[in-house]
Amino acid sequence: MIKDILKILESDARTTPKQIAAMTGTTAAEVNKLIKEAEKERTILKYKTIVNWDNVEDEQVWALIEVKLTPEKDVGFDSVAERVYRFPQTRSVYLVSGTYDLFVLAVGKSSHEIADFVSQKLSHIEGVQGTMTQFVLKRYKEDGEIVKGKEEVKRQPVIL
Amino acid sequence: MSTNPIGQRKRYQISKRANQISPSGIRKFFDLLVDIEGVISLGVGEPDYATPWHICEAAIESVEKGQTMYTSNLGMLELRQELSRYLKHEYNLQYDPASELLITVGVSEAMDLAMRAILNPGDEVIMADPCYVAYSPCVVLAGGIPVMVPTNEEDSFELSAADVEARVGSRTKAILIGYPANPTGAVMSRDKLEEIAEVAQRKGLLITSDEIYAKLVYGVEHTCVATLPSMKDSTILLGGFSKAYAMTGWRIGYAAAPREIIAAMTKIHQYTMMCAPTMGQIAALEALKSGEDSAAEMVEDYNRRRLVMVKGLREIGLPCFEPKGAFYAFPSIRCTGMNSEEFAETLLTEEKVAVVPGSAFGERGEGYVRCCYATSLSDIEEALTRMKRFVSRHRID
Repeated sequence: MIKDILKILESDARTTPKQIAAMTGTTAAEVNKLIKEAEKERTILKYKTIVNWDNVEDEQVWALIEVKLTPEKDVGFDSVAERVYRFPQTRSVYLVSGTYDLFVLAVGKSSHEIADFVSQKLSHIEGVQGTMTQFVLKRYKEDGEIVKGKEEVKRQPVIL
Repeated sequence: MSTNPIGQRKRYQISKRANQISPSGIRKFFDLLVDIEGVISLGVGEPDYATPWHICEAAIESVEKGQTMYTSNLGMLELRQELSRYLKHEYNLQYDPASELLITVGVSEAMDLAMRAILNPGDEVIMADPCYVAYSPCVVLAGGIPVMVPTNEEDSFELSAADVEARVGSRTKAILIGYPANPTGAVMSRDKLEEIAEVAQRKGLLITSDEIYAKLVYGVEHTCVATLPSMKDSTILLGGFSKAYAMTGWRIGYAAAPREIIAAMTKIHQYTMMCAPTMGQIAALEALKSGEDSAAEMVEDYNRRRLVMVKGLREIGLPCFEPKGAFYAFPSIRCTGMNSEEFAETLLTEEKVAVVPGSAFGERGEGYVRCCYATSLSDIEEALTRMKRFVSRHRID
């Protein structure tokens, strides 16, 4: 049941408990209870909106930064990662396999801001060996959502 | 209108056989709809999803590579081999890809071929009423006579073996079943199906089973009739890709049957169709190889909408049989005192919601309408709101 609820909320966080109850064949009270539990356990981390800022002419610069680290004894990469993700410029931080260790999505108001963050903050953190920054030029798909919108599929209104 | 040189209307002699079948009861309705804006349609009989992208991509790539020629009459061997593996995996049934499988232009063509391959003029085919609109015309066009067995809501729209047996006569050739069912959403339980199979065995009848909705079941298991003891040799199993993989426009179906029947169907198919569309076959191959996950996701989603639709219909006062398969709800509209055609037409003009009159699917569909829930949740909710207004305005009890 909770998996069903999470899938529904993941695709539309504004689905009401009453609607979810109808979709899963249970009661709104039960849905509310399960959601509260999931929030408490941090299975549900947050509810947010995916915004296309280009439409409101608010400049936003996105950068994907690959970070190479030196692992620390006992804690591995976790403590360096923590020092990285505390910076408000980082939107997402992942430990990844491959030629580098951390993959950071940073968001700033300008490329200068990102450049300052990388050169003056990120690269100075102890344990950071090197960085490679790639600025995002265009967002095509965000969190599963096609930015320009899906093409409407036209169906015949009545079919056998 | 064609006229001859002196301006008189030319008269055409349409064949008796073509005149014997009526246009679909839905046609008139469709014409009504075209001019109205803002209609929410629950009248469609197809998924609202576009075909999963990996399936489209496989077809696009094949076209780019120039795979645009005819295939074997039977369909691409690779597709038949994959289909054979699928039927083995899904039902533990072994069909020889070389002689017991035929790829067709949707289940519609497969049904037509099956009827033409087995019927002599005057042979009878037993089927449920209500049922999918094409079954009866398929039998008639093949020279046969459809024999309807009434089914009803109290018996979950399942076909009863006793009712079938009571209609078996010297000319009965086959029983045509289609479960999960269009328009009712009914699923045939294994027990009931075994009883039907027993009648077929005892009376020496074939069962033609349209299993296009086999994958769309909710909380119950679909039993494929060919899996019942010694039924494989008496079954023409028809299936397709349209509903489970959202591939309606690709027009790919198949028949799995004893080799003599496939050979006869193939003869008709090769002279009338040559082969199913090549791109469609390539897409179907991709669907079989790796479409399982996308199909499962769609089923999950349909189930949510099913629950919303059925609950909603009951809340607005339309008693609704619990559909366990396909993507249709089939509520009773008797509380309005209208017949199903009046209900559908008035609902369309007053509230701009399109549903299909149950009477289009047979006499026993009268008093019901078919509502397809393969449409967005927001549309389902809006349609229910409008229908609620409509029903409270027109209730007579």
